[in-house]
Amino acid sequence: MTGEVAVLGAGMHPWGKWGRGFVEYGVAAARAALADAGLEWRDVGSIVGADTVRGGYPGYVAGATFAKALGWQGARVASVYAACASGAQAVAAARAQILAGLADVVLVVGADAAPKGFFRPAGGDRPDDPDWLRFRVLGATNPTYFGLYARRRMAVHGDTVEDFAQVKVKNAALGALNPYARYRKRVSAEEVAASAVVADPLRLLDICATSDGGAALVLSSMEFARRRGVAEPVRIRAVSTVTPTYPNTVLDLPDIATDSAAAVEPADGTFRASIARAAYEEAGVGPEDLSLAEVYDLSTALELQWYEDLALCAEGEGAKLLREGATAPGGRIPVNTSGGLASFGEAVPAQAIAQVCELTWQLRGDAGARQVEHARVGITANQGLFGHGSAVITVR
Amino acid sequence: MVTGWFAGEGDDFTLLGTRCSACGSVFFPREDSHCRNPGCDSGDLAEIPLSRRGRVWSYTDSRYRPPSPYVTVPELPWEPYTLIAVELAAERIVVLGQAVPGVTVADLAVGAEVEVVPGVLHEDGETIWTTWHWRPTGVTA
Repeated sequence: MTGEVAVLGAGMHPWGKWGRGFVEYGVAAARAALADAGLEWRDVGSIVGADTVRGGYPGYVAGATFAKALGWQGARVASVYAACASGAQAVAAARAQILAGLADVVLVVGADAAPKGFFRPAGGDRPDDPDWLRFRVLGATNPTYFGLYARRRMAVHGDTVEDFAQVKVKNAALGALNPYARYRKRVSAEEVAASAVVADPLRLLDICATSDGGAALVLSSMEFARRRGVAEPVRIRAVSTVTPTYPNTVLDLPDIATDSAAAVEPADGTFRASIARAAYEEAGVGPEDLSLAEVYDLSTALELQWYEDLALCAEGEGAKLLREGATAPGGRIPVNTSGGLASFGEAVPAQAIAQVCELTWQLRGDAGARQVEHARVGITANQGLFGHGSAVITVR
Repeated sequence: MVTGWFAGEGDDFTLLGTRCSACGSVFFPREDSHCRNPGCDSGDLAEIPLSRRGRVWSYTDSRYRPPSPYVTVPELPWEPYTLIAVELAAERIVVLGQAVPGVTVADLAVGAEVEVVPGVLHEDGETIWTTWHWRPTGVTA
């Protein structure tokens, strides 16, 4: 146990394709989080920004960019980039500052204005960049990796495309209840099956879109929360930011090949499983303690993989857990109550922060029609390019 | 496009990796400066040919035109290509690559045998860029 920090405020800018700059979304989310916390921007001792790499130069210095937009007030600043794990690493940086006594109150902000269509690497001729190489040499987009995982699950575990579609059906029904979600319409299995194949066996409605969006959190020391009269805040008890162990034998973005296991035996369990395990160990809780989970459903099939990697069920039993209704509202462990990326789309630096926003609202009992009854413990899970793993555990 | 990732022609075509002389770890794409096994501090890596045949770990295709830096001709209709991730038993590694043109996902199954063959990534008026393709064994097209 390393100590807890309080989540005093959570805020978002609604996700969609709004056609504006990421700073605007981030500032809106930050102001919402500050209002939720009942604090002024001047009360904040430190700001941590999760970087976008598509916003030009200010995107790489997101912390200061948001601080300037909110009005310079002298706060300590940091900026974090870890692809899809950027938001979780921003939370980790903020938490470390609080636990080290460097700041009482830290504002964490992530926002993006995503391009239409496939994500792509930065321009230029850059054969020393693995992300550039997989596009140039193979034309391997993100959905093709999702397709590889999906097909592998079908071959090894017997998952079906109908199972995958049911993940979308579940998440779309939840997204329809979330005012911050981009897609707020229920989807049927027939609609998934009727959508175009993008990367066999996955269809358009199996794969998350790219979106604009922003999310922010106000974190504080437990002592500060008590002084403010917040006796029982939602607390962050663990932030996992682990890397893989050599040899990493599951093909993953953006790699063209796995590590070879010729000389060193792989560790038990995969990298994705180690992300959750580290969070459970740090928090002193297990999967049986969870009330809900927010996982990166970049594709429907990947959500089933996370069930197993979070140890919500045994390996190969993800689809069974879904079919039983365990991960649906009212089930034993509802997953992606926010609607997930299926309903939000990807706004890369914001999404891991948005996951913690959802846990916060759920643990406070403020999640409205999608509320999980008696929610006490929640986990988020995600993974960023190049070996970034992240999970956050919150309790109340 | 990438130098030293493959060599040879016809039946002699192979992917090229490197192997650490101290611990035996194999790397593809090649690692030339240092061994990435955290338990090894060697910098002595020798080029080796990888096995020509392996088993399909998984496969998919790309029904939409990928963005740059993948090179396509925007004026031509998009022809999907198939991607195969292949397990090489001796090296205990999985290597991704495009299937030879004409092989679709309907022709593949996890566990099926494939072999590496030379292929054309892209050509313009001056240059033909060679790459590697995976081809189901028994298919000669």
